Amino acid sequence: MDKSSGRRRFLKSAAALGAAIPAGAAAQSKPAPAPHADHDKQHAQHMRAAATAARPYMFLSQTEVAFLDAAVSHLIPKDELGPGAKEAGVTYFIDQQLFGGYGTMAKKYTQGPWPEGTPQQGYQSPLTPAEVYRAGIRDTNEYCRKTHGKTFDALSRAQQDEVLKGLDAGKIELEQVRSQFFFNMLLNNTIQGFFADPVYGGNRDKAGWKLVGFPGVAAVYTTFIEKHGVPYRAQPVSIADITQKVAQVDEHGHAIHVMLDDKAGV
Amino acid sequence: MATKLKPVDVVTVGVGLTGTILAKELADTGLKVVGIERGRWRDTDPDFAMPGAHDELKYVIHKELMQDLSKETITFRNAMNETALPMRQLGSFLPGEGVGGAAVHWGGLTWRFLPWDFETKSRTLARYGAKQVAEECTLQDWGVTYDELEPHFNRFEYLYGVSGKAGNLQGKIIPGGNPFEGSRSKEYPNPPLKTAYSSTLFKQAVEKMGYKPFPVPTAANSRAYKNEYGATINACVYCGYCQFFACEMGAKASPQTAVLPVLMKNPNFELRTLCNVVKINLDSEKKRAVSVTYVDSRGREFEQPADLVLLTSYVFNNVRLMLLSGIGKPYDPAANSGVVGRNYAYQTNGNVTAFFEDKVFNQFMGAGALSMMIDDLDGDNFDHTGLGFIGGGWIGAASSGARPIDFHPVPPGTPRWGGEWKKAMARYYNRAFGITTHGACQSYRGNYFDLDPTYRDAYGLPLLRMTFDFRQNEYKMSDYITKKAAEIAKAAGASRMNVNPRTGKYSIVPYQSTHNTGGAIMGADPTTSAVNRFLQSWDVHNVFAIGASAFPQNGGYNPTGTVGALTFHALEAIKTKYLKQPGPLA
Repeated sequence: MDKSSGRRRFLKSAAALGAAIPAGAAAQSKPAPAPHADHDKQHAQHMRAAATAARPYMFLSQTEVAFLDAAVSHLIPKDELGPGAKEAGVTYFIDQQLFGGYGTMAKKYTQGPWPEGTPQQGYQSPLTPAEVYRAGIRDTNEYCRKTHGKTFDALSRAQQDEVLKGLDAGKIELEQVRSQFFFNMLLNNTIQGFFADPVYGGNRDKAGWKLVGFPGVAAVYTTFIEKHGVPYRAQPVSIADITQKVAQVDEHGHAIHVMLDDKAGV
Repeated sequence: MATKLKPVDVVTVGVGLTGTILAKELADTGLKVVGIERGRWRDTDPDFAMPGAHDELKYVIHKELMQDLSKETITFRNAMNETALPMRQLGSFLPGEGVGGAAVHWGGLTWRFLPWDFETKSRTLARYGAKQVAEECTLQDWGVTYDELEPHFNRFEYLYGVSGKAGNLQGKIIPGGNPFEGSRSKEYPNPPLKTAYSSTLFKQAVEKMGYKPFPVPTAANSRAYKNEYGATINACVYCGYCQFFACEMGAKASPQTAVLPVLMKNPNFELRTLCNVVKINLDSEKKRAVSVTYVDSRGREFEQPADLVLLTSYVFNNVRLMLLSGIGKPYDPAANSGVVGRNYAYQTNGNVTAFFEDKVFNQFMGAGALSMMIDDLDGDNFDHTGLGFIGGGWIGAASSGARPIDFHPVPPGTPRWGGEWKKAMARYYNRAFGITTHGACQSYRGNYFDLDPTYRDAYGLPLLRMTFDFRQNEYKMSDYITKKAAEIAKAAGASRMNVNPRTGKYSIVPYQSTHNTGGAIMGADPTTSAVNRFLQSWDVHNVFAIGASAFPQNGGYNPTGTVGALTFHALEAIKTKYLKQPGPLA
């Protein structure tokens, strides 16, 4: 019905796909200083670059990608501290989550009947998380179209912020899903995507871990735990760093961390 | 039609912490033991191997080691006038699934309940009179005392290599330990873990205030340790992936590290995994169990005859199987009669998050139970006159592994998302720690289990229905001890803090603790308890229900140490009395 917005959505979505590439490029420009054979290092970097560059969305439509890219960039914005959720690949993380067991309610109880219940009784929606996103994005875009004449991704930053606050507070009524239910799911998944191991597609270049100083896969801390008040500043290590031999490990498979020499932390 | 199998001597329904110990000990006497486990086989190698073991999303958020609710869950409501609805996803508590049960992903805090805890009713009435007890509170004595359980606490602590410091050794108060604990005959088998910075600040603060801090006894072993079975538990490396995770080091004591390496070699023991027990079959007089019926992973139904049936599942399934099988009279809260389902209780937890401007804590290091605590405000360790409640809890600063999906605290007044949130979260991630107030929960007439009238499991059987809410006694207690925790945070130098006593209705959504208790409680009176003081069914003498299902109410401590002691207590009665002369032991 609206060809121009369809085309715009396609372009934005293509940009979102393209945004996956710099993470791999960044990994190449900042090799881990751990002593490895060059061949191993190059191979690992090649694998990582390939893995991040060719990430097709499995569940989300281009419209939904555009919506989520805009939404998560408000929840965790890019700022002087570093990348935000969008730059960290959180939209792709959510796509992968919704396509997998989480999105389809694996290991969850899915038999009816489905009365709404009390807040204390928790998740009682007949919709799976994947269906909640699909309905929530569609309804929020519909609300934005009615109110502002555009879909969410095409609104100004200030308008987007206002819509998200409306969902958060339950002031915007959605048709198919409770707005706070949808918003809380989006917020939780955004934080997960920002901090989960990069193997899940978010936390790209370990942006979340670098922001807070979390070292990822642990080292043996026996000799450090009683160094009280001394910040432990290490280059974070992901699961893939170990399986791809970018990071070194001890005999039990714990990471051997490469310490940062900066004085940040206190 | 069920295929009838060759009879065996003993069946354990569930192969977790209690089931593995009982199976090991009874198989050693020459009995043929079959362990039936609904979940899969799991072991340190390869299931818990690095680097995949350090995956917060998989283990904490997606709950890899925990119960598969698609097959079976519980239903929940706050009160009898509500309609219970199924717990569709895990939240408040996290039962395990698979060999080892919840003792694979536990935190490792290993306490002995206080002498007072076992005699809550008689000691409360003696000290304060009946006016101290809330109207519908169904508090009871356990029918067993601390002194009777003391040797069994020892057995369990030495089996699991518990690392701690005695505070009361043969009646003598020992500096550095918990002076409020019951008298112990032996020191812990291993010394305490190392001390984290948050623990040191906490210790300094509470000492100034006159409290008695001590390191928490933990089943994450402080050094490599060989137990009486010859199994070796390794030394903890403080990796911080402990509670909710399995230990890649084999350093957190569990069935996998402490018992199974030996048990699996015993030809008298047979393990059947992915097999779900759906019923215990009784004789025509309903006085004796003759067999259990289970369904395997290919959908085949089997009947396994046995002389002794040990219910060694988590609280919920111990109670549910009794209800499904007609063992004991179901509890009726309206009449306050019947026993199975009675006295369900939980844990009343609060917390304080303390924020600092000038200190960093590296809280991502640690172990599930790495903490400094005080016990001054637990049980009846302080005078409750005029306070309007009974019970209490421990207060402690834990370094249990601060992984950032789960732990990213922000000071009060911070928005929950956006740029301001991001800045605060980044600033305080390494400049904050939590102080937990881990409180008791009394039992009440309207808090109970029965079978749900609507919702069913994958086998078509009714789910267990939980009816539960906190009461004034618990709110007052939590408020009292959480305010003390806030004073401690202030004394430790916190610039700001979040103070969260337990308030409002109980919700099944946020994680609180996997410390569900009761439903098949022990006692001296068959009209108010489902099992006797040896955890034997009053009604069906060859069925024993072992676990926290036997707690008449919950104390301030984490339950596992006491579950371990009850296991050895029941075992002794089975070995020395029941096997010689099968029949009611009380």
